[in-house]
Amino acid sequence: MSATFVGMPAFPEAAREAVRNPTLRGNLRHATHTIRAKRARAVGELSDWAGLREAGRRIKDHTLRHLDRYLEQLEESVTAAGGTVHWAADAEEANRIVTELVRATGESEVVKVKSMATQEIELNEALAAAGIRAYETDLAELIVQLGKDRPSHILVPAIHRNRGEIRDIFAREMREWGRPAPEDLTDTPADLAEAARLHLREKFLRAKVGISGANFMVAETGTLVVVESEGNGRMCLTLPETLISVVGIEKIVPTWRDLEVFLQTLPRSSTAERMNPYTSMWTGTTDEDGPRAFHLVLLDNGRTDTLADTVGRQALRCIRCSACLNVCPVYERAGGHAYGSVYPGPIGAILSPQLRGTGSEIDASLPYASSLCGACYEVCPVAIDIPEVLVHLRERVVEGGPAVRRGNKVLLKPAKGHAAERAAMRAARWAFAHPGALRAGQRLASRTRRLHPRTLPGPGRAWSGARDLPAVPPEPFRDWWQRTRGGKDGDR
Amino acid sequence: MNSRERILGRVRRALADVTPDERPYEQAVPRDYLRAHGERTAGETVDLLAENLADYRAIVHRTDAEELPTLVMRLLAAHGSREVLVPPGLPEEWLAATDAVRVPDAPADTAGRLDRVDSVVTGCAVAIAETGTLVLDGSPDQGRRRVSLIPDHHICVVRVPDQVVSSVPQALERLDPARPLTWISGPSATSDIELDRVEGVHGPRTLEVILFG
Repeated sequence: MSATFVGMPAFPEAAREAVRNPTLRGNLRHATHTIRAKRARAVGELSDWAGLREAGRRIKDHTLRHLDRYLEQLEESVTAAGGTVHWAADAEEANRIVTELVRATGESEVVKVKSMATQEIELNEALAAAGIRAYETDLAELIVQLGKDRPSHILVPAIHRNRGEIRDIFAREMREWGRPAPEDLTDTPADLAEAARLHLREKFLRAKVGISGANFMVAETGTLVVVESEGNGRMCLTLPETLISVVGIEKIVPTWRDLEVFLQTLPRSSTAERMNPYTSMWTGTTDEDGPRAFHLVLLDNGRTDTLADTVGRQALRCIRCSACLNVCPVYERAGGHAYGSVYPGPIGAILSPQLRGTGSEIDASLPYASSLCGACYEVCPVAIDIPEVLVHLRERVVEGGPAVRRGNKVLLKPAKGHAAERAAMRAARWAFAHPGALRAGQRLASRTRRLHPRTLPGPGRAWSGARDLPAVPPEPFRDWWQRTRGGKDGDR
Repeated sequence: MNSRERILGRVRRALADVTPDERPYEQAVPRDYLRAHGERTAGETVDLLAENLADYRAIVHRTDAEELPTLVMRLLAAHGSREVLVPPGLPEEWLAATDAVRVPDAPADTAGRLDRVDSVVTGCAVAIAETGTLVLDGSPDQGRRRVSLIPDHHICVVRVPDQVVSSVPQALERLDPARPLTWISGPSATSDIELDRVEGVHGPRTLEVILFG
């Protein structure tokens, strides 16, 4: 599998490629518009949505502010219920732990439930390097895996593929991985789902090791929750003898009761359903029901660094519903791959640069992958103010300053390529502090307005390449105000 | 230093701005949302459950104690089921009229064996009207989790109105987190192809719900 995100170009280059692809744009437009209207209807059914959203925000904030305490409580509850807890500071450590656990079972293949955390740490690649084959069992993940592709959406990783493309991938690739697709496979979604059912059935029935993530972990009880649609999650969580769950440390909620909020907001926000078809909840192990061994791998991998940023930490409230992707005008046009991360769209634009730092070209460009329209904030079921964090991260990229990387305080240097922006901001600050100079400048601009170019020269070209320069009025506002006493003289 | 200490240390350093006198959990989380949406009689709540189950393509039947065995028999026959998987504590009278071969869920049976069984009949722990959800908790009339998963045809019997609640908050109050729980809202489905919902992937493709009482 060569499907990783290493060495991605900055967002603008990647997005330029994507917007030139009419099939991709058509697929994304169709899918995001379908789900938008449905989500609005599902949310509209609940008259107390605002109260649920606020409760969700506060539960997550409270948990994050006492995360050390809740992590210790969770560890205790899971252990008491018969599970084993492992701690992984980064992706490499998590992959090593999982690989060793699988090896200890003597198995060379595992079945996987869709999980963002294991995508993030590139677990499948690590397992492959150790000679272990990981089978993705979520339909969209299967499409991505068979197509040697990369995920482009949190909920529906193959959203960039239409039914015809999916049919071709199944017909071509299934034989390489196991049971081939039926000879007469059509492109109707029901037929495609049936092909996936047949292909994966034998894998579920013989699997000895399952790997999952989790949507929620309850500190008080040690319960893990996986929310899904197809039943592949139930297969992986109950049929194997060993279950390994890799979960980000921010997925904790304090109490059992807290689930009453998220089990109402998550399904309506993500698939626009009153309730998703299947939700599994398990607490450690149960005699003669499900796996005999349960391992929980708690993953940091940049989350504590994100927590250290008092503005940016709100991104850790995310419950991965993907409502922000579906409403985002930038995501709709650029698609998920341009974000260079398993977390695309608005949430990805604030999560990836915090989890990975702003050192790479792609991560430094992500805070700019937005028009700041605020639709993402509006739909977010835990009220993450994504525009606020975007602006905060832009400042970090341009100005540099203190941050935390891998648990250590570092001083970030201002990014290259923003010299003109910094100079312009300095000039603006000076001009606004000197009213005489501002007035003279405005008058000069008004008198020469016919001579103004339509695009900026030099370093400003990049800025005006995608934007119209604001039109300068014939007379500065303050001159007009003084001359007409605010329009009272009738002279316009 | 092991990773546990390293991560907890990082968390504590990251939270240097959090003071010890912060509001405790009980005060930090406002619960300004409803325990249930709308006022309904017990009968209306059952009607809503039936409506929402059907909306997500579950097939809903209503019956009483006298007719239940006949209904189960008819549903199994209509599905052409020769074998039916039976949780250990399923009331025997539910299957009194069917001549389908009863397959008990023995721990030694492989998943492959259960895959050859046509149907399964279970009870449930709680049903949620507002969302059209059945919750199974592994009690003797429901069996271990795999029995309601592997066969392609699931018949779930809900005792109404006792087992029906209006809302998700009310359901969580009734459930025991120590038990393995499966929440089921309609048959297996996916939205993975063009974000359009299609029924029938890995779980039972036919879900029949008998509202019984």
